[in-house]
Amino acid sequence: MARHVSLAVNGRACEEAVEDNLLLLDYLRERRGLTGTKRGCDGGECGACTVLIDGEPRLSCLTLAASCEGRAVETIESQNSRGTLSVLQRAFHEKLGTQCGFCTPGMIMAAEALLRRSAQPTLAEIREALGGNLCRCTGYVKIIEAVKEAAR
Amino acid sequence: MNPVAGRATPLVDGLEKVTGRARYTADLGAGSLCGEILRSPHAHAEIVRIDTSRARALAGVRAVLTGADCSIAYGILPIAHNEYPLARERVRYWGEPVAAVAAEDEATARAALAAIDVEYRPLPAYFEPKDALEAKALLHADKPRNVEREVEQSFGDLEAGFAAADLVREASFHYAEVTHAQMEPDAALAEYDAERGQLTLQSVTQVPYYVHLTLAQCLGMSPSAIRVIKPFVGGGFGHRTECLNFEIIAALLARAARGAVRIELSREQTFVMHHGRPQTDIRLRLGLKKSGEITAVDAECVQRGGAYAGYGIVTILYAGALLHALYRLPAAKYRGMRVYTNTPPCGPMRGHGSVDMRHAFESLLDAMAHELKLDPFALRRANLIAAPYRAANDLQVNSCGLAECLDRVEEASQWKKRKGLLGPGRGLGMACSHYVSGAAKPVHWTGEPHATVNLRLDFDGSITLLTGAADIGQGSSTLLAMVAAEVLGIGLERIRVIAADSALTPKDNGSYSSRVSYMGGNAALAAAQELKKLLDPKLSFDEAVRAALRNTGPITVRGTYTVPPELQGGKFRGAGVGPSPAFSYAAQVVEVAVDEETGEIRVEKVWVAQDCGFAINPLAVEGQIQGAVWMGMGQALGEATRYEAPHGLPTRANFLDYRFPTIADSPPIETCIVEARDPNGPFGAKEASEGALAGFLPALTNAVADAVGIRPHELPVTPEALFEALRKRRRAERLKAA
Repeated sequence: MARHVSLAVNGRACEEAVEDNLLLLDYLRERRGLTGTKRGCDGGECGACTVLIDGEPRLSCLTLAASCEGRAVETIESQNSRGTLSVLQRAFHEKLGTQCGFCTPGMIMAAEALLRRSAQPTLAEIREALGGNLCRCTGYVKIIEAVKEAAR
Repeated sequence: MNPVAGRATPLVDGLEKVTGRARYTADLGAGSLCGEILRSPHAHAEIVRIDTSRARALAGVRAVLTGADCSIAYGILPIAHNEYPLARERVRYWGEPVAAVAAEDEATARAALAAIDVEYRPLPAYFEPKDALEAKALLHADKPRNVEREVEQSFGDLEAGFAAADLVREASFHYAEVTHAQMEPDAALAEYDAERGQLTLQSVTQVPYYVHLTLAQCLGMSPSAIRVIKPFVGGGFGHRTECLNFEIIAALLARAARGAVRIELSREQTFVMHHGRPQTDIRLRLGLKKSGEITAVDAECVQRGGAYAGYGIVTILYAGALLHALYRLPAAKYRGMRVYTNTPPCGPMRGHGSVDMRHAFESLLDAMAHELKLDPFALRRANLIAAPYRAANDLQVNSCGLAECLDRVEEASQWKKRKGLLGPGRGLGMACSHYVSGAAKPVHWTGEPHATVNLRLDFDGSITLLTGAADIGQGSSTLLAMVAAEVLGIGLERIRVIAADSALTPKDNGSYSSRVSYMGGNAALAAAQELKKLLDPKLSFDEAVRAALRNTGPITVRGTYTVPPELQGGKFRGAGVGPSPAFSYAAQVVEVAVDEETGEIRVEKVWVAQDCGFAINPLAVEGQIQGAVWMGMGQALGEATRYEAPHGLPTRANFLDYRFPTIADSPPIETCIVEARDPNGPFGAKEASEGALAGFLPALTNAVADAVGIRPHELPVTPEALFEALRKRRRAERLKAA
């Protein structure tokens, strides 16, 4: 069954017919071509697909597109919408918070949600907010430095 | 011009990564056919019959293949080709590919898999080396007792060495199998141009060249009709060094379907693809003088290799070869055995072959230091090598900064002030480790240089660096650009890097054994020197470009690197594994807090120093060292695969059960770069990505021993395992008191 959904993706209103079982992740990647959001696992294990829904970090691999009726979805592509890096993107780039880059979009979106609710997060808050986002390259040291830098 | 080399530099492809513009394999090929793989539900069975007729009849199915369609065996080592992309006659592990389909969408592809009928006749399956060695059924008919390879190497006078020792101790160790678990699941996109008979494969590979060779071989195609491209790759750690079955299957499907086929493996399937560090048993005997000097080493190692050869022979040889070249070893004997079992094949993983043996060695060394009442730092210092040094097994060391590494972490951790004074349940441990900067002998010996880099200069004054080296997140493209910019005296922004596309870039042996900084770096250096000769230093850069192009037109220069013969190792059997033009060195201190009520170990802090020769990009070097230490922490504290009898079902093939540390579990890692410049490295540089990994494991268990007096000989040391050891000790103490 398909149903009609209106939602905003990165500030742009869209009206779509989506199948009931279509995941938000697949909707973003396949229907909208927003491949910055990554699939790293078989469901809810790694955080690579983190997006913001109404400002809250959510796993798009565990979210049905049909459940986003009336909601605002933000992906990594929203971060530099005018061609300039966001403070988080710049910090992840300059501090090497990214190595292979596969966890990076989800990591930045989870950090974005954190900085919106806590502009000067403590180390404990950073660790808690990013606790569901796995990275296999960095040992998280430079990810923490990047988030701290972005919060300065 | 400010120097480029030595300056902390963000990645040249970092902007793509932080913006989400970076395209990984699964982001490519929209509209292509969907490839799916049918996998074995048995650990060991004969394939009696496969009927694909129902699957072929489904609407939307474009190709169905079985082992009958691929009769050519492959494997990374020319002497050990014993795997097929799709199993023929026999399956040897749960999840082994048996058939594959290409269909117009995922649902149809899955329906087609369900419509394939396979009849199996189960065979006895062996999950442990001891069972496989006594097995009635052989995994491979030509391998009696299921032994893939036995090796034995002896250097120096072992008996005299042990006779000269004041203390001889022996211990046994057990290591669980661990795997790379890179964040990007495996994927490949194959496009077959049926009119031209040409194939393009884009894949997650670390070594496009091996994939290229293997595709040509398994598809019976000329390599000239194949193009291999590496898009952005989400980590490797060794998982993607060999050509993997799904890459060949994607190509076979694309050819059969006469179109484009994309295969995306699930996380579970990526775990089953494995090729990681084998389960390992080690027995080690060491002789020491009262001064701490090592007099003799006797080591035995048994690795559970899994179902196919892969890199197995290299792994079992590395475990012995890298006993050497960290300390002076006057006499050493090594016996290694690699056993076939009905589990996914193992392969190379960061620190290839050296990690478990290094834990055993540094752990026993620490216990013996304790017995001899020697400080662990003093014991290491009693055994330092002084470069140039030729190890007993002919590894040639031309630079070694281990002494400075020891000084730096001893000071940074305030070892002398704090060791033994941290209070109950807290402890400090230290250990050393090392690694190669590229294998001196490539797997496929062709007589060509080890690395080639091209630089192209055209009318616009931009320079394009062309390299076959695969950037998989380690920052190799950035490093090569920095080397060229430094030599040419220009800014990094003027250099564009095009990497790992066989239609454009020169062949490279790939991103494995930490070879790119040294070998690729030297090739980039040579190419830039070549180009510099053509640019008149008296002119401005733009004028110099115009002058250089006059009469000749656009210029492409070539730089190469070849490992000199004297650095290629000895002549004995197995001498090809271990030699490297340079070795990195690392020392680290780990501080732990152990909760004696729960057995939980918390790593409070790590201090690590690594000698990387010269840090061309200190930012990336720090990132690599931190990542390596942290990956060692995962293996030490929690990571372990698991396969359940009788079918070999993997029960930890996801990130919830295969536990590596989250950001909440990860300690601060204070990193110190030591630069003992190598006489032959580019600006003195050596590897920086692997050397620090192995040292974490023993530093951790040595810290646990310091904290609670229990020395774990099995890894990972989980809270359950440590709790049990603590409980046993309490019970023994109570019985004694009673």
